[in-house]
Amino acid sequence: MTPPVAATTAVQAFDDIEILDRPGAAPQPARSRDHLRRVPDPEPATSRPDPEGPLWRNGRFETDEWTMTAEDEAVGEGPAILPLERFLAERDGLGHRNAPLGVLVAAGESLSELIPHLTRVTLVVLSFPKFSDGRSMSTARLLRERHGFGGEIRATGDVLIDQMPLMRRCGVDSFDVQNPVTRKQLAAGKWPDVPFYLQPVGSSQQDEVAAGKRPWARRRAEAPRQAAE
Amino acid sequence: MYRYDEFDHDFVRARVAQFADQVERRLSGELTEDQFKPLRLMNGVYLQLHAYMLRIAVPYGTLSAKQMRMLAQIARKYDRGYGHFTTRQNLQFNWPALKDVPAILADLASVEMHALQTSGNCIRNVTSDHFAGAAADEVADPRPYAEILRQWSSIHPEFSFLPRKFKLCVIAAEHDRAAMQTHDIGLQLKRNAEGELGFAVFVGGGQGRTPMIAHKVRDFLPEEDLLAYVEAIMRVYNLHGRRDNKFKARIKILVHETGVEEITRQIEAEFAEVLKADLLRLPEDEIDRIRAYFAAPELAEKPARSGAFEAAKADSREFTAFAENNVSPHKAPGYGIVTVSLKPIGGIPGDASAEQMEVVADLAERYSQSEIRVSHEQNLVLPHVALDDMPALYATLAEHGLATGNAGLVTDIIACPGLDYCALANARSINIAQDLSNRFGSPERQEEIGELSIKISGCINACGHHHVGHIGLLGVDKRGEEVYQITLGGSADETAAVGTLVGPGFKTDEVGDAVETVVDTYLKLREGPDENFLAAVRRLGQKPFKEALYGAA
Repeated sequence: MTPPVAATTAVQAFDDIEILDRPGAAPQPARSRDHLRRVPDPEPATSRPDPEGPLWRNGRFETDEWTMTAEDEAVGEGPAILPLERFLAERDGLGHRNAPLGVLVAAGESLSELIPHLTRVTLVVLSFPKFSDGRSMSTARLLRERHGFGGEIRATGDVLIDQMPLMRRCGVDSFDVQNPVTRKQLAAGKWPDVPFYLQPVGSSQQDEVAAGKRPWARRRAEAPRQAAE
Repeated sequence: MYRYDEFDHDFVRARVAQFADQVERRLSGELTEDQFKPLRLMNGVYLQLHAYMLRIAVPYGTLSAKQMRMLAQIARKYDRGYGHFTTRQNLQFNWPALKDVPAILADLASVEMHALQTSGNCIRNVTSDHFAGAAADEVADPRPYAEILRQWSSIHPEFSFLPRKFKLCVIAAEHDRAAMQTHDIGLQLKRNAEGELGFAVFVGGGQGRTPMIAHKVRDFLPEEDLLAYVEAIMRVYNLHGRRDNKFKARIKILVHETGVEEITRQIEAEFAEVLKADLLRLPEDEIDRIRAYFAAPELAEKPARSGAFEAAKADSREFTAFAENNVSPHKAPGYGIVTVSLKPIGGIPGDASAEQMEVVADLAERYSQSEIRVSHEQNLVLPHVALDDMPALYATLAEHGLATGNAGLVTDIIACPGLDYCALANARSINIAQDLSNRFGSPERQEEIGELSIKISGCINACGHHHVGHIGLLGVDKRGEEVYQITLGGSADETAAVGTLVGPGFKTDEVGDAVETVVDTYLKLREGPDENFLAAVRRLGQKPFKEALYGAA
């Protein structure tokens, strides 16, 4: 139980990980695991015209029909996303548009001014400036659970696969995925969820059923299509 | 004790499999260390100075004999034959290989244990009074509520990427043995005038570089609203806690910068909204169901006074010291709560060898209803021991270096792992603890000094709780040299207070003398043996200690 003398003990060999960090070390494919269940896939992915679209939605990559309106740009004809502040400033002038409107809400930005106009919006984009920034998790839940928002909630920014199952339980149903590794894993059917839940959220975008005796225990309902596989 | 049902087993198994996959993806290079870090931290894996460290959760400090045996087995198989009990009532292994971690987690899962959320910016392992369920002075057992919070906070989708770590503590007695007011949320179980159970809620305590004592934001929260209220606090923090500076990201800073009144208003407003959704009200029968797991053991009736216990005291001074310092009052007459000191004179605070873990497991089975507790003071506790059995228990403990009768005395030192292990540390802690333990080690001297807590941290992050030590030592790096600053008058109990820095720091070879000077000054100036060190410092202030250490100004 003698501790090493701090300054003089040679640093022990780190785990293999340090070696693999070196450039040139070949990545090895991760073995598949039972719990990494496939996300229910309502239609065969090949039926989509652009399977490589940026959006992960409905369990596949889809093309994005929305346009983010740049700062110095007029609002376009088609489905357009405006930053919250601009939406609030210009909302009166947007009334005659026929195309759907989306709003970009920055992490931690208050929803209070948006709420009265939420019915005019069909998409809310929530930013995750860093995967470790969980503010938009709260915003998503509030939109679904407290304000009954039934439109699309999209995660954008540093969207990585290990956070996506949590985002989905908080109310996110589409993901703007830029990270190439995450894209590859999603395409391979990975979904690293622990499909047993201890929080009775009212925001989840997947079917969850009661599990066990506890009033708050849930597990993911298996999609009938998948059960038949 | 809580026992896993099928759901809990499924949950932990799936979590182990998930982490095994993440480890593989890290080893294969698919995950960068930056991306892997929060994932491994939420599974208890730290990168230390020499190796990975695995921190295993001991929820609210309660362990069964069987679980302790598994910890011993893991210590032998994957580590170097010992483990380190921490100030969060957890256990750390300092030498596991990353590739072995999934196997260790699978072994833990087989005895209903895990390393979930023992680090990372999430809701950490919930701590409690280490005498819970046995203490004579508790309102009710606080652990059912800690267990409910443990479940609810496990892989919480909204609160797993908080600005910073988040610590909860639940106690149930006026006397705070768990440093409740140094937690992000502290809950004190109590009864209102109608006799109903509920909680006083404290928010914003914490140590680190900006120590703060928590503020009471609610005097009485009905039992059924526990989760709704905690969710409200968490949401206010998640949305508004600072993320621009890691050192200002704890909720204590949010409380401080927003003001207690305003933050309380925000919490109450959010709480009112959470109640409307009505998802989190705790049903009475569910509380009862969880409570049943923690039902008091059926102890054979005994007379309050034990002849064998009294005879052993009359026989041996060592046993008397043990009985006076390490045996605390139990609810049931004729029983005591035993503190098994992991602070042998000159030893490393909180370390236990695999053999010692097994001895404690054996003793728990024989004498304490198979129950063990870990205290935040880094000792073990056997909560239900008949006074009649104390002499035999003591004899076995003594054979294995576990019978030091120093609980609550000057050698019952808390120390962080310090620069011997920790990548964050500026200075060593263990060597200072060992030196002080040797200096004050004689039983007569310890008895003379009486109740006194020394707490040592090797850096400003304060894992060794130095801010709330009666004497706190903080190791800092001063131009490449380890220097120790001394604070006086801190306290972690219901009179919680942050200690005051007494003056310039002392070098490694001076700090022992300096602490002796402080203790001698106390002995000289106290009104009598009944005035303990903390009371004396509170009465006298810093001045006489300053003069003794640095000379009259």
